[in-house]
Amino acid sequence: EFRRFSLERSKPGKFEEFYGLLQHVHKIPNVDVLVGYTDIHGDLLPINNDDNYHKAVSTANPLLRIFIQRKEDADYSAFGTDTMTRKKNVLSNVLRPDNHKKKPHIVISMPQDFRPVSSIIDVDILPETHRRVRLYKYGTDKPLGFYIRDGSSVRVTPHGLEKVPGIFISRLVPGGLAQSTGLLAVNDEVLEVNGIEVSGKSLDQVTDMMIANSRNLIITVRPANQRNNVVRNSRTSGSSGQSTESSLPSSMPNILANFLQGEEESDEEDIIIEDSGEPQQIPKATPTSESLESLTQIELLHEPTQNGFLPSSEMNLHHSAGSISMEYEIQDPDHKSLEEDGTIITL
Amino acid sequence: MLTITGPLSEDFWCQDTTARKMRRFLRPGHDPVRERLKRDLFQFNKTVEHGFPHQPSALGYSPFLRLMAIGTRSGAIKLYGAPGVEFMGLHEENNTVMQIHFIPDQCQLVTLLDDNSLHLWSLKQHNEASELREEHRFTLKGPPGSPPSATQITAVLPHSSREVLYLGTESGNIFVVELPSFRVLEDRTITSEAVLQRVQEDYSNRRSCELVEALQEHPKNPDQILIGYSRGLIVLWDLQNNKVTHHFLGSQQLENLYWQRDGSKFISCHYDGSYTQWPVSSDNRQPEPLENLVPYGPFPCKAISKIYWQTTKNGLPYIIFQGGMPRASYGDRHSISVVHGSQQTAFDFTSRVIDFFIIFSSEPTAEFDDPSAMVVLAEEELVVIDLKTAGWPAVHPPYLASLHCSAITCSHHVSNIPLKLWERIISAGSKQNIHYSNMPWPIDGGTNIAPDPPQRDLLLTGHEDGTVRFWDASGVCLHLLYKLSTVRVFLTDADPNDNMNTLGEDEWPPLRKVGTFDPYSDDPRLGIQKIYLCKYSGYLAVAGTAGQVLVMELNDEDAEHVVDHAEADLLQDQEGYRWKGHEKLKTRDGPVRFEAGFQPFVLVQCQPPAVVTSLALHSEWKLVAFGTSHGFGLFDHQQKRLVFVKCTLHPSDQLALEGPLSRVKSLKKSLRQSFRRIRRSRVSSRKRRGGSGNASEEMELAPVQRKIEARSAEDSFTGFVRTLYFADTFLRDSSRHCPSLWAGTNGGTVYAFCLRVPPAERRMDEPVRAEQAKEIQLMHRAPVVGILVLDGRSTPLPEPLEVAHDLSKSPDMQGSHQLLVVSEEQFKVFTLPKVSSKLKLKLTALEGCRVRKVTVANFGSCKTDDYSENDLAVLTNLGDIQIISLPFLKLQIRYPCIRKEDVSGIASCVFTKYGQGFYLISPSEFERFSLSTKWLVEPRCVVDMPEVTSNNLVHKSGMENAVRKSRGSGRSLGDYGEDERKSGRLMEHALLNDEKVLKEIQSTLEGGRGSYAERNLARSPLGHGLSNGGAD
Repeated sequence: EFRRFSLERSKPGKFEEFYGLLQHVHKIPNVDVLVGYTDIHGDLLPINNDDNYHKAVSTANPLLRIFIQRKEDADYSAFGTDTMTRKKNVLSNVLRPDNHKKKPHIVISMPQDFRPVSSIIDVDILPETHRRVRLYKYGTDKPLGFYIRDGSSVRVTPHGLEKVPGIFISRLVPGGLAQSTGLLAVNDEVLEVNGIEVSGKSLDQVTDMMIANSRNLIITVRPANQRNNVVRNSRTSGSSGQSTESSLPSSMPNILANFLQGEEESDEEDIIIEDSGEPQQIPKATPTSESLESLTQIELLHEPTQNGFLPSSEMNLHHSAGSISMEYEIQDPDHKSLEEDGTIITL
Repeated sequence: MLTITGPLSEDFWCQDTTARKMRRFLRPGHDPVRERLKRDLFQFNKTVEHGFPHQPSALGYSPFLRLMAIGTRSGAIKLYGAPGVEFMGLHEENNTVMQIHFIPDQCQLVTLLDDNSLHLWSLKQHNEASELREEHRFTLKGPPGSPPSATQITAVLPHSSREVLYLGTESGNIFVVELPSFRVLEDRTITSEAVLQRVQEDYSNRRSCELVEALQEHPKNPDQILIGYSRGLIVLWDLQNNKVTHHFLGSQQLENLYWQRDGSKFISCHYDGSYTQWPVSSDNRQPEPLENLVPYGPFPCKAISKIYWQTTKNGLPYIIFQGGMPRASYGDRHSISVVHGSQQTAFDFTSRVIDFFIIFSSEPTAEFDDPSAMVVLAEEELVVIDLKTAGWPAVHPPYLASLHCSAITCSHHVSNIPLKLWERIISAGSKQNIHYSNMPWPIDGGTNIAPDPPQRDLLLTGHEDGTVRFWDASGVCLHLLYKLSTVRVFLTDADPNDNMNTLGEDEWPPLRKVGTFDPYSDDPRLGIQKIYLCKYSGYLAVAGTAGQVLVMELNDEDAEHVVDHAEADLLQDQEGYRWKGHEKLKTRDGPVRFEAGFQPFVLVQCQPPAVVTSLALHSEWKLVAFGTSHGFGLFDHQQKRLVFVKCTLHPSDQLALEGPLSRVKSLKKSLRQSFRRIRRSRVSSRKRRGGSGNASEEMELAPVQRKIEARSAEDSFTGFVRTLYFADTFLRDSSRHCPSLWAGTNGGTVYAFCLRVPPAERRMDEPVRAEQAKEIQLMHRAPVVGILVLDGRSTPLPEPLEVAHDLSKSPDMQGSHQLLVVSEEQFKVFTLPKVSSKLKLKLTALEGCRVRKVTVANFGSCKTDDYSENDLAVLTNLGDIQIISLPFLKLQIRYPCIRKEDVSGIASCVFTKYGQGFYLISPSEFERFSLSTKWLVEPRCVVDMPEVTSNNLVHKSGMENAVRKSRGSGRSLGDYGEDERKSGRLMEHALLNDEKVLKEIQSTLEGGRGSYAERNLARSPLGHGLSNGGAD
């Protein structure tokens, strides 16, 4: 069944409203559905929160193709990059899900049930030889699992090549977070910890910085093995996660702002137990009567305007090289960003 | 994965980093007004070193300047005179100072280092204060090809002409160098050959080349010097005729020589423990000894390394010598014997004697020496013996206190002590000091021109032996006021009577123990770990290694009473754990006699008896809170009742549960593991060696690794209570404030208890109640090292009783309070009573340093009297000091202070309430520093050249080259004239200063805190070099 209706592009509203609208248009008020859309690259991507809904609306060119599936017989594997091109006819997949049962895929649940473990970030602003890796350590039992050591590295200085002391990864604990990401390796040189350069700092200082940031650790390394670097000029590399072919970032400040935002992002909030009651997270003291929700909303509304609805500048700053499903989660500004965005601080 | 086409580049990278740097650079204080204010508020200076120099190696004294100099193994040289007169210098080489010699009648001294270099130092006046500066350095060089021993200096004699130095060497030659140029006068060298020319052929010690052991100038005739060679030969050398006038053929290995005052006799002391008197007369050119004595014979004795022969009016001389004890039974003693007629005492020192000198009448006109005091520099303390008073009592030194007489385990500073309490402490201390001599301090050179200290400050040090020492830390001289011992409350293994090894009257040798250095603790459990003194009420709480908490009260009289005893079971109902650490201390039953001073009336013992890690006392509510690695408790010391205990222990934390012993075990285990790892890495490196050489080289070094792991609740010692804090604040609702107790743990947890303290009239009738109101878990789980509540004006809450004594404004209870939690990694401000996070400063995440010490300090402006602000003074694990503003948590300024490797220095640091601080630079020395422009205590003193008596000049003109000499003296006379004028002016200045001080004291008394700004403005910044204690 196809339905066609119009939305005001500048005021897409919230996902909840949109979802309600879809249910209304299709007259299926009590049926749980999965919503997907095709982006300009022909990928079938899900819409399940405000952020990707806004993204979808902003990238509509000019039509936005939306696919709706019943949740119970949804084919999760249909989503992801290259889905539309890879499977010549995604429609047939979607419309005839029983096709798939013959060659069962590994069932991957929807992104909201995932948590990111790691990501490569700021690929666009770093030199090719460097890699900025973010490790997410939420109350999991999995250890971060790596060791660092002193060492020396060679730098290009005005006086030619010079040997300078550096910090290196010395060991990965089997089964640890660091090892499981595959993004860090023994003998990688650590250049920055959460945006702070480590040069001139002692091993103990860097250790303390990493532990202090352990809940949201962003380390910039120069991998010892430079052969796995992303070659950005061509698409010949077999990197799995390639989906977006985008031009150079249109505006640097945007990137910077975004990066710094990430830097400011705080760890999980402290917990308070009042009068031996239930533990709860300590809220932020806000400057005005504005609620946290409205603050978030402002931020969310802000992004499309910055991107100026230009499909060409559509790019995801938090693109990950990891599994496909992760990408969405990173963009996902669900409740986590509500707690985490420590950008607005009252003095 | 995002792909970017086009030239990707370092450019972005650079832009990015520079932009970030810019941002970080701009973040703190771009406000020029604030920057200017910061300059008026903060300034970092290391001002003075208190205590006893670590590893002293040389001692010198100038009877002319009445200054004493101490050299150390690290190359420091420190001069001391009258209390407050101190100078410090540091040799660049950091070599051991072997000898110190003052140039006679000059403000100059020469040091000999163990690298055989000589250094000339002078005291010069600069900006009205004297400074110690190194003027010249010199290394004696022999002719090419000569062995190094040819020029290895063994003895130094600054000649009374002040123009030359005689340098005795290992080769036996004596070189002459001119002062101050250090030009070698080769034609005047006294070679051993020249000396030996006329010695009889059959003299056994003749042939060998001997090193020069001693050089002494004739007391009456500056043209003659006495030369002692190590093999025993002594000669009197005539400088004018360049020849030997007398030979003294000693048969024993020589140690030292000493002239009698009139020059008719001298005395030599020897390696075999003997001393010999020799006559000097013109008729016998090769005299026989008058007397040869082994004072502690007949059995073999140790060497007498130095000897004095002092004449007195009554005819009986004082013979004072170092060593000479019977080798077998007393060979291990560090003794100096004083013999005066039938009186003889062998002073038995607690550590090796470095050197000593006698203060005697230095007036050239005086007929007799009349010794007044003996000053002994031992390795660990300075002892001064009064030789004028019968019984030869010790003199209480006003400085150079042995801070480490028992190892320092903690310290606590209390600023601005009320006069009443100050006097009571002093009077309690004076009762302990009755065995000291009343003699005024005999080393009294120089004039202290520093302003009187602005306030009375106490530094309390806790020691391993269970004592607490109270030091006057107001000024330059750290002076012991009173010593408190907590031992009496407990039954210890060591019976005090055992230590009384007093010898009977007829014991031989007549040893007498002197000095206070006693590093051996009877029982390590007695060690003091935490101290809290309330300066308004005189209540003192002291806590120790075995979980003991004592609350004391100041009593001016001796008293005998029972100490109330309570036990606090911090594990409560947690069953099945076994404490494997030390046992708790046994207490004495029945009443205990306490001397005047602080007397304990309550003892709380924590169970298990782990080290007390935090302590807080609220003298107004009469409550004491204490914490260990297991939990914390609150005790009502008025009703003598335990209010509550809270166990903070994580059930899985075995290490904390079982105590220090199990820790040893785990240390063993981890050692074993690391050995295994090393072995493994060796094996793997061997395997790899075939491959690339570089890799194996790197592996060979086995670099230090650090594990990166987030902290978890299961980590060890998370329950360790790091800080306790009492506050009257809004804990439950914003309409009612109540007393509260806050505790912070190693695992980043903050507990808040609401207290109900009955009003004063029913204080004894109703119990104090406590109820847990809040528990905050910091997600970064770093140890909480400080908790503070800021009032409605963002000012830290005053101390208990501060408001009652009108010394502080009462806190603002209208506006909303804020809670500041300082962990090792972050500073966080929360609102109260509803806890929501307001502000934070992530120190570790940004800089990689961790908070070790934090205090609120008040900084006054040096420009205006009416401006002062409260900031946090923070010491990090890197040894940096940072000042962080309140309440906005902005970094103001950062100073490097302590080397980051100096862990004990960092651990010992204590801040004062007015931006000064102390830390241990050695076990026996506190370095004092100041962060404030306004509150600064540093030595400022002048040393004037005393007038040279005419007699001295006459005596000099007796020399042959009288013309040159008198011209020299004439010049120096002129100098004196000038100096006198200068000193007169200085005195006037000092008096003026005093008047100002008086006025300011008056104004302080009249209204608020006075200002000392002007004086500090006048103060010049410390030179880069070696001025008064300014070197670091």
